[in-house]
Amino acid sequence: MDSISSIVLYVLTFLSVYVQVFFLITFLENRKKIITRKGPIKLIKYPKVTVIVPCWDEEKTIYKTVRSLLDLNYPKDKLKIFLVDDGSTDGTWNAILKFSKHSNIKIFHKENGGKYTALNLGLKHVETDFLGCLDADSIADSESLVRIMSYFEKDPSIMAVAPSIVAFKSKNIIQGAQRAEYDMSVYIKKMLGFIEAIHVAPGPLTIFRKKVFDDLGPYRHAHNTEDMEIAYRMQKNHYKIEQCNDAYIYTSTPLTITKLYKQRLRWIYGFINNTIDYRKIIFRKKYGNFSLFTVPSSIISIFAVSFLFGKMVYNLGSFLFSKILQFQAGGFHFTSKTNFLDLFFVNTQSLFFIIIVLYFLIILSITLGKKMTEGKWGFSFNTIYFLLIFSIIGPFWLLKAVYNTILSRKPAWR
Amino acid sequence: MNENNIDWKKYLIVFLFTVGLFLSASYVSNYFGNKKIDQLKLIQDKISIDILSSETQFSLLSELSCKNISDSVLSGELGELANKLEWGQQNLGMTDTVLYLKKYYSLLEIKDYLLTKNISKRCKTKAAFILYFYTTAENCSECEKQGLALSALRDKYPELRVYSFDYSIDLSAVKSMLQIYKIEDTKLPALVVDEDVLTGFRGIDELESRVKESFKLQETTPINTNSTKTIKK
Repeated sequence: MDSISSIVLYVLTFLSVYVQVFFLITFLENRKKIITRKGPIKLIKYPKVTVIVPCWDEEKTIYKTVRSLLDLNYPKDKLKIFLVDDGSTDGTWNAILKFSKHSNIKIFHKENGGKYTALNLGLKHVETDFLGCLDADSIADSESLVRIMSYFEKDPSIMAVAPSIVAFKSKNIIQGAQRAEYDMSVYIKKMLGFIEAIHVAPGPLTIFRKKVFDDLGPYRHAHNTEDMEIAYRMQKNHYKIEQCNDAYIYTSTPLTITKLYKQRLRWIYGFINNTIDYRKIIFRKKYGNFSLFTVPSSIISIFAVSFLFGKMVYNLGSFLFSKILQFQAGGFHFTSKTNFLDLFFVNTQSLFFIIIVLYFLIILSITLGKKMTEGKWGFSFNTIYFLLIFSIIGPFWLLKAVYNTILSRKPAWR
Repeated sequence: MNENNIDWKKYLIVFLFTVGLFLSASYVSNYFGNKKIDQLKLIQDKISIDILSSETQFSLLSELSCKNISDSVLSGELGELANKLEWGQQNLGMTDTVLYLKKYYSLLEIKDYLLTKNISKRCKTKAAFILYFYTTAENCSECEKQGLALSALRDKYPELRVYSFDYSIDLSAVKSMLQIYKIEDTKLPALVVDEDVLTGFRGIDELESRVKESFKLQETTPINTNSTKTIKK
C-alpha cells in the first residue's frame, strides 16, 4: 500500500514539475515578445466596440464600473455601452437609469435569469464588429481597451483577447493571497496565450470579434462559468485567444474565507463539468496544446491536490495515533534527549528537494506575473499568504466540487 | 491551425529537463544519505573503540581496584546511535548499509551489556538492565507502545540501561540471546528484566515497580541528577 502511494506521489509530483517547467521554457522562448507599455498608445484604426455590463444587485459598484468605461482612452463614438439589469432586487436599476442620458449608453431591464441570459440579451443588440463584457464589480484601466484592440490590429487571426485581471488593493491577508494568485494567473495565461491554449475568457473585459458569437452561438449556462465554456467552444473550433498582459482590469476579490470558498467552488465545479462536457476534445492532437496541455494539466492539479490532501490527513491521523499510544504508554514527555537540531535529522529524501524546486517555480511564476503587470521586480509577502491559504483551504473547495459533481451527475448513469 | 501549434520537440525537451531535475534531486539526496551513513559509521567506530578500551581496562585492572574503572560512557552514545539508526531506517530505507549498521549496533549493545554486567558484579556497582525484543518484520503496534514506555522509563531513570533487539535481525549473537531466553516471535514484544522473561506489552507502572525493587534505582530529580554527575566525575 505504501509503495503504491509513493509511486502515485512521485508520478503526480513529476507531472506537476513538468507543467511548471513547460511554463518556464515557454517563458524563456517568448520573453522578448512580452511588452509592458507604460503610456497611452494610438491605433491606426479604431474599430467600433460594444461593452455589455450585466448587473445583478450591484448598486454599490455599478457607478464606478460604468465611470471607468466612460473614462476609457477610446473615441466616444466608437464605444457603445450596454447596461443590462438582470432583475436586480436592490437599487441597481435606479443607478443604471442615471446613465441613460449618455448617448453611447443603452440600458436594458429583464427578469432575473442568470448572467449568461443578461449577456445574450446584450448580444442580440450588438451591431459592432467587436464586443466584450465587463462584470459590474470590476473597473477598467483607462488604457485597457486600446491596448487590447492593438492585438487585433496586429494579428487578424486573433478572435478574442483577454486582459490582465488585477486584484484591488488588499485589505487583509485573504485578499493579499488572491493578489499573488492573480499575478500568477497573468503569467500562466500569457504563457497559454503563446501556445494558443487559453481555457477561459474571463468576464472582466475579454474582447471578442462578433464573428465568434455569429459562428458559434450565444453564451450558455455552462454550470455558471459561461466565460470558461465560451473559451472551450472557441478552442474546439480553432478560434485563437490571446492575452494582453498590460491591459489592466481591477476586480474586487472576496474578503472572507467563506466568500472565497463559494467563488472557488463555483469555478472548480465549472471547470470539472465543462471539461466533462468537452471530454471528447482531450488528448486529440487536432485541438492542439489546449487539448494536450491545458486541460490535462488542470486535471492533474485536481488529482494532485486531492491526493496530497488525503495523504496529509492520513499522516496527521497516524501522528495523532502515535501520540495517543505514547500517552497510553507513559504520558507525555520528550521521548529522547537527542538534539533534533542535529543536521543529521534534516530530511534529505529526493522528493524533499523536488518539492523545493516546485515551490521555487511557483514563486518564480508569481514574481514573473507581477513583473508583467506592474513592470517591476519584487517579492511580496502576499506570495507566502497565497501558498499558505490556498494549500490549506484549496483542497476543501476542490473536493467539494468533485463531490457536487458526483451527486449532480448521478441521474446521467441511468 | 491548432495542429501545427503542437511543438513535440518542446514536450520532449520539457520531459528531459524534468527527468534531469529528478535525477539531480536523487543525486543530491544520495550524497547526503551517504554522508549520514558515514556519520553513523563514525559513531559506531567510536563506540567500538570505547568498548574495547573499557574491556581492556577491565581485564588489566580486575585484580586491583574498582575505583579506577571509568563508568562506561556508552549509554548516551548508544542512545544517540539508536535514534539516528531508527531515523535512517525510516528515511533512507532498509539498505544493505543500514542493515549492516543495525547488526553492528546490536553487537555493540550485547558487548556493552556484558561488560557493564561484569563490572557491576565485580565492583558491586548499581546497574539496571532491560533487554527488549521487538519485531519490524510485521506491524507490531504493541512493540511501538512498549518502545515508548521504555524510553519514558529511561528518561526517568538514567541509570537504567535498555538494550533493544530486532527479533528478525540475522545475527548469530542475537539469535543466541533469543535461545537463552526462549523468546518466540509470537510473543513479542518481550522483555528480560532481572533474568525474568515478560511477554506482551507491559505498562510503565509495572516495569517501574519491578525495576525499582530489584535495583533500588533513584528517580531523577534535579538534586539526584547533580549527585549522579558528581559521582561520575
